[in-house]
Amino acid sequence: MKLTLKVWRQKNNQTLGRLETYVLEEVSEDSSFLEMLDILNEQLIADGQTPVAFDHDCREGICGMCSLTINGIPHGPDGGTTVCQLHMRRFNDGDTITIEPWRARPFPIIKDLVTDRSSFDHIMQAGGFISVRTGSAIDANEIPVPKPVADYAMDAAACIGCGACVAACKNASAMLFTSAKVAQLNSLPQGKPEKDRRVLAMVNAMDEAGFGSCTNYGECSAVCPKEIPLDMIAKLNRDYIVAQTKSIFTKVG
Amino acid sequence: MKLDSKIPAGPLSEKWSNHKFKMKLVNPSNRRKYHVIVVGSGLAGGAAAASLGEMGYKVSCFCYQDSPRRAHSIAAQGGINAAKNYQNDGDSVHRLFYDTVKGGDYRAREANVYRLAEVSSAIIDQCVAQGVPFAREYGGLLANRSFGGAQVARTFYARGQTGQQLLLGAYSALSRQIGLGQVKMYNRHEMLDVVKVDGHAKGIIARNLVTGQIERHAGDCVVIATGGYGNVFFLSTNAQGCNVTAAYRSYKRGAAFANPCFTQIHPTCIPVHGDQQSKLTLMSESLRNDGRIWVPNDTETAKKLRTGSMNPNDVPEDARDYFLERKYPSFGNLAPRDISSRAAKEACDAGLGVASTGLGVYLDFRDAIKRDGEQTIKERYGNLFDMYQCITGDNPYQVPMMIYPAVHYTMGGVWVDYNLETTIPGLFAAGEANFSDHGANRLGASALMQGLADGYFVLPYTIGNYLGEQGIAAAGKVTTDAPEFDAVEKDVRDRTERLLAIKGKTSARTFHKRLGDLIWEYCGMARSKEGLEKAIAEIQALREEFWRDVRVPGEADELNPELERAGRVADFLEFGELMCRDALMRDESCGGHFRVEHQTEDGEAKRDDINFSFVGVWEFKGENVEPALHREALDFEVAKPSVRSYK
Repeated sequence: MKLTLKVWRQKNNQTLGRLETYVLEEVSEDSSFLEMLDILNEQLIADGQTPVAFDHDCREGICGMCSLTINGIPHGPDGGTTVCQLHMRRFNDGDTITIEPWRARPFPIIKDLVTDRSSFDHIMQAGGFISVRTGSAIDANEIPVPKPVADYAMDAAACIGCGACVAACKNASAMLFTSAKVAQLNSLPQGKPEKDRRVLAMVNAMDEAGFGSCTNYGECSAVCPKEIPLDMIAKLNRDYIVAQTKSIFTKVG
Repeated sequence: MKLDSKIPAGPLSEKWSNHKFKMKLVNPSNRRKYHVIVVGSGLAGGAAAASLGEMGYKVSCFCYQDSPRRAHSIAAQGGINAAKNYQNDGDSVHRLFYDTVKGGDYRAREANVYRLAEVSSAIIDQCVAQGVPFAREYGGLLANRSFGGAQVARTFYARGQTGQQLLLGAYSALSRQIGLGQVKMYNRHEMLDVVKVDGHAKGIIARNLVTGQIERHAGDCVVIATGGYGNVFFLSTNAQGCNVTAAYRSYKRGAAFANPCFTQIHPTCIPVHGDQQSKLTLMSESLRNDGRIWVPNDTETAKKLRTGSMNPNDVPEDARDYFLERKYPSFGNLAPRDISSRAAKEACDAGLGVASTGLGVYLDFRDAIKRDGEQTIKERYGNLFDMYQCITGDNPYQVPMMIYPAVHYTMGGVWVDYNLETTIPGLFAAGEANFSDHGANRLGASALMQGLADGYFVLPYTIGNYLGEQGIAAAGKVTTDAPEFDAVEKDVRDRTERLLAIKGKTSARTFHKRLGDLIWEYCGMARSKEGLEKAIAEIQALREEFWRDVRVPGEADELNPELERAGRVADFLEFGELMCRDALMRDESCGGHFRVEHQTEDGEAKRDDINFSFVGVWEFKGENVEPALHREALDFEVAKPSVRSYK
C-alpha cells in the first residue's frame, strides 16, 4: 500500500518543530506501524537524510516504550492497543497519516517523537511500592488474598506506564497512571499498612511534576492500551480523602 | 587463563548454606563507603540494585531504556517456577534441581542449579510480599500450572504477564531505593566498556544516549545484568534494543565467554510474515497445556492449507498428525522446547508445514474449547488470544493458531564462578547475561526464577564477600581520574568517530539482517561442520564490508538511534563468529545445540558425554585472532547423566 506520512520533526528541546511530509510507495499490510516507520527510516538513510527518532523496544505491547499520537489519537485508532501492535491492515491504500509525539508539559520532547517521561518514575519513587526488605517475607500462602481482590489488583497492575493517558488528557493529568498503582497496592492486604502514606505521597509527587487535575472526561481510559478503567481514579480519590482526613487527626505513615 | 569455579566443598544440599557462613561480611556502617555499579535494570539487575541499595551500599544503576521498568524481562509471559509443592504432587527442591539439570541436557553446573532450586521458594515469598498479583484459587491461596519439561505443577503466574508483574515488583523495590537516595538511576545510558584497575573491574564508560556525552563511572565493583544475545539472529523475540555489547566488551577486556552456541529456539512463536518484519512474537508456552500441535498427514493437504483453499477445521481427525503426542506420549505437547522446536522444523522440512510460507504448524484449541468451554479458555489465555488476533488478523477461538520456532533465549553467556564473578575480579554477571544454570536448554518458567535468584539472593551475599575481601581501606579508592579511564574512554571515542566517519552506503540495519540470515541458516536449529565453517568465513567478510560501507547518519553529540544500532551491530558481527566457532568445536548434539552429524536413527540429539561433558569457555586473544578455548569439566555427583527421554 502507498502512504503519505506527516511526521513531527524537532531537532531537540531548544528548537521549534514542524510536520514534514514523506511518501512511502510500498508497505505490506501485514507490517506493524513501527515496521512501517523502519521502512521510512531506511528510505531516509538511503537518501542521506536524518531518520526519525521514535521510542520503541519490545514491540509486543508490554514494555510501554512506544508512544506515538496517530491522527490525533495516542496509540492510534484501535482501542486497547499500543502502537507496536497496531498493524497497517488497519489503514487504507492512499491514506495520509499524521504522527506526533505525546503532547504534555510534564513530558518534554527530546527529539522528533521521543519524549522524557521520567516524571512517571518520580511518582513511583514517592510511594509506588510496598516496603519489604529482601529476604524478610513470610511464606507466600500465609496471606490469603480473595480471588476477586487478586483479580482486581491484577487489572490495575496491567498498566504499562506508557503515558497515553496523559497525552490524551486536555489537563495532562496523570490520575489514571497513579490510580492504577495505588489501586493495586492499596487493595492487597500486603499493601494496607502503607495505604494512606502511599496515596498522599504519590498524589503530591504527581502535582509537583506538573500534571493537571482530573475533570472526568475519560479520554485516558479510552486510549489506554491496557484498558485500565476509570473506577481506578474513583478508588484513588476515595483513598486520598480518607488519608487526608486521617492526617488532620493523626500522623499518617 | 585459569578457571576456578569455586564450588564449595560438601554435600550438594549444604554447599550454599556452608558457603554463606564462610563468606566475608561488610559491617552495615561500612557499606555506604562502597559503590556498586549495576548495568541493566531487568529482573537480575533491578533486583540486585534494589537489594544492595537496601543493605546500605551506594549503588548506581544503568539502563538504555527511558525507565528501568521497561527492561525486556517484562515480556516474559508464562510463569516462574518454585519448589513450593503447594499442589502436593511430589515436588521438592531436589526434583526442581533434577528437572533443570536434565532439561539442560547435562551441560549445567550442578552446584549452581541446586542453589537456584533452593532459593526458588523465597523468590515467590518476596514477590507476593511486594504486591505481585499472582493468580489465586477461590480459597485465596496461590494457583499453579504445569510447564514444559516437568510433570509437576510448580509454575506461578500472573495471567500471561508474569514477567511484567515480577519486573514491576523489582522496579517498585528499586524505585523505593532511588527515592531514598540509596540508588542513583541512569536512564538512557548505555555501557560501552568496562574499566580495569590493577586487574579488577573498577568502573565503566557509558554513553548518555540523550546528550551523546561519553561518561566515566568509577565503583568498587561492577555487575553486568544486560540480558542475552538473541538479537544476533536479527529476528528474535527479544526487544529491539537487546544487545551483546556490555557482555562482549567485557569479554574483550578479559572476561571469558561460556557456551555461546547454546541458544534456545522457542517452539511457539507467530510465523514470519515477510521481509519487512522486525521482530518475532512469542506465544506463551503455557498455551501448550491446552493447545494440540499438529500438521496434516500428507503434503497435498498441506499445500491446500498454505494457499487457503482449505480450512484447517475441515481436515478430518485421521488426516492430522499430532506429532508431539505421537513421538513423546508421556510429555505430549509439553515436551521441552528444544525437542518441540526441532519436531516442528522436521515437519515443515518434510513439506507438511502450513502458513503461506510453509513455515508453520497448528496449535489447535478446538478440543480444549469443546471440553472446558470458551469462557474457561478465555480466562486462561484471553490476552494471548487477543494478541494473536491483533498481529495475524485470525481469531484463534475459531481457527487454529499457527506457530513456528523462533530464537528466544540464550543459555550461553559470560562465564562466572559459583559467586557469579567473571574471570575479571570484581566483575559480576547475572541473569541471562551469565551462563551458569540452564546448560544446553532452558526449561520454561526458569528464566524469571534465575534472574531473581541472582539478583535477590545470590549477589547480595557474594558481592559483600568480594568487597569484604578487598578490605575497607580499598573502598572508594579508585576515582575517574585514574589513567586507566583515559585509555578506555579513548577507545570508546575512537570507535564512535570511526563509525561516523565511514559514511558508506548501507544502513546498519541491513548488515544486521544479513548477519541474522547467516546465523539462522548455519547456527540455528540444525548445525553442521560444513555450514559453520562457511558461516565463519562469510561473517568475516560481512564484518569487513560493514567497516567499509556502513552509513551512520547524524552526530555523536545528540540522541542518535542509528549510532546506537551501529555500535551494537558491530559487536554482533564479532560475536556471531564466536558463536559459530563454539558450535563448530562442540562436535556433539545436546539440548538446543543440534549438530546434524550427531543424531539417533529417529532424529534425536545424540550427546557425547565422554568428550564433551564440559563448559566451552573462550578467551579473547586479540582482534582477528582465534580465541583460546578452555574447558571447565562438569562433574555430576547427584544427577547422573542419562539419555534424556521424554517418550
